[in-house]
Amino acid sequence: MFPPIQNPTTEAVPPKFGEADLLRRSASTITPPAERQTEVAKLIDVSKCIGCKACQSACLEWNELVEEVGINTGVYDNPHDLTPNTWTLMRFTEFENTETGNLEWLIRKDGCMHCEDPGCLKACPAPGAIVQYTNGIVDFVHENCIGCGYCVKGCPFNIPRISKVDHKAYKCSLCVDRVAVGQGPACAKACPTQAIVFGTKEEMKQYAATRIEDLKSRGYANAGLYDPPGVGGTHVMYVLHHNDRPEIYAGLANNPRISPMVEAWKGLTKYAGLTAIGAFAAFGFLHHLVSGANRVSSADEEAAKRLAEGERT
Amino acid sequence: MTNSWTDIKNTDLVWIMGGNAAEAHPCGFKWVTEAKAERGAKLMVVDPRFNRSAAVADHYAPIRPGSDIAFLSGVVNYLLTNDKIHHEYVRHYTNAAYIVRDDFEFNEGLFSGYDEEKRSYDRSTWEYVMGPDGFAVRDMTLKDPRCVFQLMKKHFEIYTPEMVERVSGTPKDKFLKVAEWAASTANGERAMTIMYALGWTQHSSGAQNIRTAAMIQLLCGNIGIPGGGVNALRGHSNVQGITDVGTLTAAIPGYLALPTDKEPTLEAHLAKRTFKPLQPNQTSYWQNYPKFYVSFLKSYFGAKATKENNFGYDWLPKVDVAYDALRMFDVMHQGKTTGMLCQGFNPLMSIAYSGKTVAALSKLKFLVSMDPIETDTVRFWENHGEFNDVDTASIQTEVFMLPVTSFAEEEGSFTNSSRCIQWKWPAADPYFESRKDIDILSDLFVRIRKLYETEGGTGKDPLMAIDWSYENPLEPQPDELLRELNGKALADVTDAEGNVIRRAGEQLAGFGEMRDDGSTDGSMWIYTGVYGPKGNFAQRRDNDDPSGLGVFGNWGFSWPANRRIQYNRASADPQGKPWSEAKKYMYWDGQRWTGPDVPDYVATIPPEQATGPFIMNAEGVSRLWVRGLMADGPFPAHYEPFESPVKNPIFPAIRGNPAARVFNNDMEIFGDSSEFSIVATTYRLTEHFHFWTKNVHTNAVLQPEAIVEMSEQLAKEKGIAMGQLVRIWSNRGEVKAKAVVTKRLVPLQVDGKTVHTIGLPLHFGFIGETKKASPINSLTPPVGDANSQTPEFKAFLVDIEPVSGPVA
Repeated sequence: MFPPIQNPTTEAVPPKFGEADLLRRSASTITPPAERQTEVAKLIDVSKCIGCKACQSACLEWNELVEEVGINTGVYDNPHDLTPNTWTLMRFTEFENTETGNLEWLIRKDGCMHCEDPGCLKACPAPGAIVQYTNGIVDFVHENCIGCGYCVKGCPFNIPRISKVDHKAYKCSLCVDRVAVGQGPACAKACPTQAIVFGTKEEMKQYAATRIEDLKSRGYANAGLYDPPGVGGTHVMYVLHHNDRPEIYAGLANNPRISPMVEAWKGLTKYAGLTAIGAFAAFGFLHHLVSGANRVSSADEEAAKRLAEGERT
Repeated sequence: MTNSWTDIKNTDLVWIMGGNAAEAHPCGFKWVTEAKAERGAKLMVVDPRFNRSAAVADHYAPIRPGSDIAFLSGVVNYLLTNDKIHHEYVRHYTNAAYIVRDDFEFNEGLFSGYDEEKRSYDRSTWEYVMGPDGFAVRDMTLKDPRCVFQLMKKHFEIYTPEMVERVSGTPKDKFLKVAEWAASTANGERAMTIMYALGWTQHSSGAQNIRTAAMIQLLCGNIGIPGGGVNALRGHSNVQGITDVGTLTAAIPGYLALPTDKEPTLEAHLAKRTFKPLQPNQTSYWQNYPKFYVSFLKSYFGAKATKENNFGYDWLPKVDVAYDALRMFDVMHQGKTTGMLCQGFNPLMSIAYSGKTVAALSKLKFLVSMDPIETDTVRFWENHGEFNDVDTASIQTEVFMLPVTSFAEEEGSFTNSSRCIQWKWPAADPYFESRKDIDILSDLFVRIRKLYETEGGTGKDPLMAIDWSYENPLEPQPDELLRELNGKALADVTDAEGNVIRRAGEQLAGFGEMRDDGSTDGSMWIYTGVYGPKGNFAQRRDNDDPSGLGVFGNWGFSWPANRRIQYNRASADPQGKPWSEAKKYMYWDGQRWTGPDVPDYVATIPPEQATGPFIMNAEGVSRLWVRGLMADGPFPAHYEPFESPVKNPIFPAIRGNPAARVFNNDMEIFGDSSEFSIVATTYRLTEHFHFWTKNVHTNAVLQPEAIVEMSEQLAKEKGIAMGQLVRIWSNRGEVKAKAVVTKRLVPLQVDGKTVHTIGLPLHFGFIGETKKASPINSLTPPVGDANSQTPEFKAFLVDIEPVSGPVA
């Protein structure tokens, strides 16, 4: 089977990338390292996927996420959407192929695409809340997150979700903690049919080519690799039987782009905004001098703790 | 499995029917994706639903539940009428040439010898014509009108593509594509694997479903070759092991028979099972039955088993009838059972007709549950509203719960579908005071024996005679138990020339070393070799595959004899040469049989001797015609399920399988199509494992609630909206579930009638993390397969209605 996956060592190994390997940092100006790390990618072969949800389960387990037991609304998608605790979700679509007269059950694993040009990061006003490593992984740094939700607006795939508990944004990290020590993402590890594979972006593209050839031989003339150029390509890619119509896969974006609003924000508005922020900061400082600090009582702390623990466990 | 999971990667065509490998066996299914991706193999799926396997298939054909034999017989007929069979294989490796007795008949759906009152057959006419030399008569030209081949042609001619469409509802073109693809493998160049599971077994004609599939594979020459086989996908990690070890009530370990009360002596028992060859030069391996049986008795009774006392044969219980689960609960329902020890068993959820199960459990004096989790069964007395609406005060059963360790907390072995025995080590410490099943049962045994010793009692002798010489009788170790299953030499074992091949005290290296004189023991002959003189082979973890054919010979141990593909002598032609380079596996190299596997044959028998490749059979060949070995016919025939939307279109006078057992008073609990017009079938979802994982939060998140799947047409007809609560009822009970309205189910035209099928996942109950639900088996009928008594969970009748008005 490809790729041959070796069991990783059980010895502790130092992370292979970190702060020094940042390509971008939200609302900050940084100088990326002279040399990029090899770009990584997760390839999701929709034609091999059996919709077993092992990836969903592995994601919950590895990331210690506790989702609530919901209800069934008449479909196999459970939960019904991505949530702050559900970072990946199988979406099932029943597609009647009018060309062949056959029913197709399209099952797509939804989650962060780790765009080369990440709209979330561009939209984020909180310094360092969203970072992109030179290997392509886009990660949320929760202690820096202010929960403003701009990343949701900035994302062309509608991925991040804001927690009502801690008011921070959550999404797939591409298991950055595992990848840093030489392991693939938990979902890829758990996938029984290797519909999800992980490696360098180049390897994944080459492997995808063989899959596409196989699909074409089975009559899927439009089989192809989904690696949308509108966002500079992605570090999560799909092999689709119908690459000409990604939208039939539960609304996968056809030619996604970062919203013009976000692009504008990064342009002129940004500087205008910064001026305004500066003015407010000056006002705040004056206010502090006049009124003093806003104290949090221990009762407030307790209430917040109860709220957080009660809802998170 | 005749083959193995890893062998599926060698196939050219995967046929999944009577199972849903992607859904219920996702990890094993990887070998299907491997065959598709690496070999360009095709996958075809035949199922009432367009399921998860169909989602990645190249061809899907719908079928009405319970009409599999009609469909499969249609394929048999297609192969025969179009002459798409592997001629040399059929002629030499099957009993196609054998002549059948003149008084055998098949009329109007009944074979000769039927007794309507007993619902069973006198099978004496279902035999071969015997020649004066004591061997069965054959016509190798296959032209004799009474030879199996000609009888088959006649028997199956009615199953035309049109008839398949009429009975199964499968559109003719979709059926024909399946038949054509299957036929494309009838040549020794290409292989087809058939993968099935409980979608075939859980019918009143379940065993015959599988048998018809085996006939197709034999006609195509797909048995014994890489990428071929009839492959049963077992539904638990160790259900193969549990079947091997003999939890079937009429069997002892290793598929040997428990004596019946018609066999008062060991001699009588052995005589009935020690089959003499039906052709010259045949192996007829069951001639060794006495060796396996006596070795079993020696393991069981130790030094107390002697030649003089027939090795303790008299101490074995003599069964009158098989006490399968359906009968067990029928007897309990009659109030004849005092107590029940429920070990890893949740019968309230898993046995047909839950209403009867609750009533039966209520008649027990005591119920003991040994389980790692709290089951719905141990709470059967508790009122859970509509989900378990019992009158607690009226139930007097005393219930005990003994917490046991889970599989991950204990050492031992698993035997998987590939018959591969693999050792496992504990991954975690047991919780609290939970104990191992072995320890609880041993403790119980030691205490009960002590009670009998001091106080006496009826039938005490067998209990006293059992050899329990474990190092710690209260805690026998898995290592000791596997050694015991394997067996050892009790005295020096010699070969025919008198050479000592095994010293007294040594573990046996294979069942060929077993003897019937009491000089060996071993309680399960088929496992012999797993723990031989070289140690515990179940612990081997060498993933080397020298042939590249997925033959991991030094990984674990596959019974029998570490063989990975059974009947593998059939991978070569009668001269011992591979059928083709593409399917080269075991072959004669001039001196011996060689290849990547352990030959399923005596390795030194040359091809000239014409010893057949099916060495277990007295004929030396496989059986297209099974003689009297099955209860319901030497050939399969289409019988409707006991609850069917139509009369049998082929044999209108017959309801259900005429040889299936129906308990007294149970005939009236079958529903009729005038009242219940919708076909229902039950199954698993990949998100859950039976009734376990509803206790696991993550699994509950992924599939939280009982659902009923139905077509858009049926939903419209009944006024049911997506996600709406639906009431489903049969003649035995009712359940409620959320409607999954889907294009993946379609109404079929059966015998001129529109037939709707609904799908009912079985996982949900009133205990656990998932939303509360009634057991799905509230609906199912307590009738089983004529041979195995496996309940008919896959085809029965219901009606449905929305619980409240349509939602927007």
